[in-house]
Amino acid sequence: MEKIDLKKYRVDGGNAAPIEDLSTLSPEDKERLLYAGIDVDRTDRAGSFMHMNHSGVHCKSQQEGLEIMDIKDALAKYDGLPEYWWKLVDKDKDEFTRAAFETLHGGYFIRAKAGHKIAEPVQSCLFIKDSGLAQSVHNIVVVEEGAEMHIITGCATAHGAKETAHMGISEFYVKKGGKLTFTMIHNWSDDTAVRPRSAGILEEDAVFLNNYVLLKPVKDLQMYPALTLNGSGAIARFNSVIVAPEGSHVDSGNRIILNAPNTRAEIIARTLTTGGTIINRGFIGANNVPARGHLECKGLILGGGRIHAIPELDATIDGVELSHEAAVGKIAQEEIEYLMARGMDEDEATATIVRGFLNVEMEGLPPELQAAIDKQISELDAGDVM
Amino acid sequence: MLQIKNLHVNIGDVEVLKGIDLTIPEGETFILFGPNGSGKTTLLMTLMGFGNYTVTEGQILFKGVDITYAPMYERARLGIGMSFQRPPTIHGLKTGHLVKMCGQGRTVDVEGLAKKVNFSRFLDRDINAGFSGGEIKRSELLQLMAQRPDLILFDEPESGVDLENMSLIGRTARELLDGLQPASCTMKMAKTVCKTAGLIITHTGHILEYVNADRGQVMYNGRLCCEARPRDILDHISKHGYKECLRCLSSENGEQLDLADFREAY
Repeated sequence: MEKIDLKKYRVDGGNAAPIEDLSTLSPEDKERLLYAGIDVDRTDRAGSFMHMNHSGVHCKSQQEGLEIMDIKDALAKYDGLPEYWWKLVDKDKDEFTRAAFETLHGGYFIRAKAGHKIAEPVQSCLFIKDSGLAQSVHNIVVVEEGAEMHIITGCATAHGAKETAHMGISEFYVKKGGKLTFTMIHNWSDDTAVRPRSAGILEEDAVFLNNYVLLKPVKDLQMYPALTLNGSGAIARFNSVIVAPEGSHVDSGNRIILNAPNTRAEIIARTLTTGGTIINRGFIGANNVPARGHLECKGLILGGGRIHAIPELDATIDGVELSHEAAVGKIAQEEIEYLMARGMDEDEATATIVRGFLNVEMEGLPPELQAAIDKQISELDAGDVM
Repeated sequence: MLQIKNLHVNIGDVEVLKGIDLTIPEGETFILFGPNGSGKTTLLMTLMGFGNYTVTEGQILFKGVDITYAPMYERARLGIGMSFQRPPTIHGLKTGHLVKMCGQGRTVDVEGLAKKVNFSRFLDRDINAGFSGGEIKRSELLQLMAQRPDLILFDEPESGVDLENMSLIGRTARELLDGLQPASCTMKMAKTVCKTAGLIITHTGHILEYVNADRGQVMYNGRLCCEARPRDILDHISKHGYKECLRCLSSENGEQLDLADFREAY
């Protein structure tokens, strides 16, 4: 894989004007966002945020107990957010993290206040509209004691935006008894370099459900979000569905560290390549008991490409229960024949099995988003993928 | 409906079927007996069109169409349906969704059909994932009900099934073969109403208590012999085992066959 040269992207000149009403976006942009799981015309959202190019352009909370701010405003208002700012991600981790530290374009600060259960999802879009730009954002999510929130974040580039890069720092704090569902859908272009750097910390009885969907091409994506469960009874779960057509290079994984008793971790990834490269990492570490974790990386190679599964377990104490299951394979002839005996031809049978394979049940998704994902998966066979 | 002429089939280099001739007319249910390894399942798999079974000689006609080398889905679309003995699990494919797809474009009352085989609560489960023996059979029947084939291939409907399930499976199989009968109807009427044919493999004969089987035959070492009423064949086998068939087949072919050798070979 060729190295990403950050110098070739512009980090300034991408200012965009505020957009009061997101439904005024152009139909093309709306469509791109729709494929990233964001429907800006929906009104049943607890709040919404949008960052375009180098500027936050929209920020609205429609519910009590829910705070949504542009990160720059939040830093100003809360004296630099000393509890949360650069606490979980090391700014010297690599050149991308450093670049995001040096140039801050924006990002969101989203907080569910103690005891508030936010029923509707919060919607966030990070959008690159113009060619040649590098976008650096830094997001902070805080779920206070006993609060609940679901964030759906869609990241996309505009149609025709060439040579773009996205760097995103995200720090998640789920406090005692809080619950965060975080669903991220990527709709980059085959010319986008993507470097999210995310980490989260969970207190006692906190729950973090993370869903990640990548069904569209991307030039080069690398991420390895890490959650640390420091409180007793905390639960973390990652579900990922990743498809890499030819030209995509995806290095993606999830890391969970169990530091407290009665913690649980689950990482499930389904990867499919039709010519691209997928490096599918997974790590569960346990330093306290009782602790249970299960890691599952399943990959399917259809017609070409590479899947490199790297599941890791690291336990430092007697009594932990960790397991992993990794598989890279092809579609079993037996399954194809079973469906052909019901009248499907070979292509239909293959597509049905692939859809099943990618059909990870993600928790907490609004039905219309699940339907949109299902639709995209079912469209895979119609297009270039199969 | 189905006409098999001098069918020879290889699995790899081994000839398993050695010249099968069999005709099953519309509306008839044919029962196939025979010891393990005699080639019964091979015949069903070949009729359905599985890849590992190579026809080296002979012909299969279904509804007058030569399907000897037709792909599986064409056979299915022509009206051949099969109940699998050990169907594969397909993760992420919901049973209800598959049943719907079995309709091949026809609208299927999935819920209604599922109720008939007491399978409603499985519709949201991945197909065959952790199903018990009886559950697999009910799921297969449910798919066949949606598929509505004209020829049903059924490999050991009673294997791995408890008595209570057997009765449900038997009644459902009968309904598939005979159609829903009006309350009062003569045998003649019933025959003209339903044109579905069946080819059923059985060891225990339990299925005979439920379906109206007209003819039966014993498969032995890749050949068919001893055509008779299924009940009579079953009685005979339970009294004498398959030795009699062996003798009969030996004299027919002038070939010396030994049961012990034969069992070892497979």
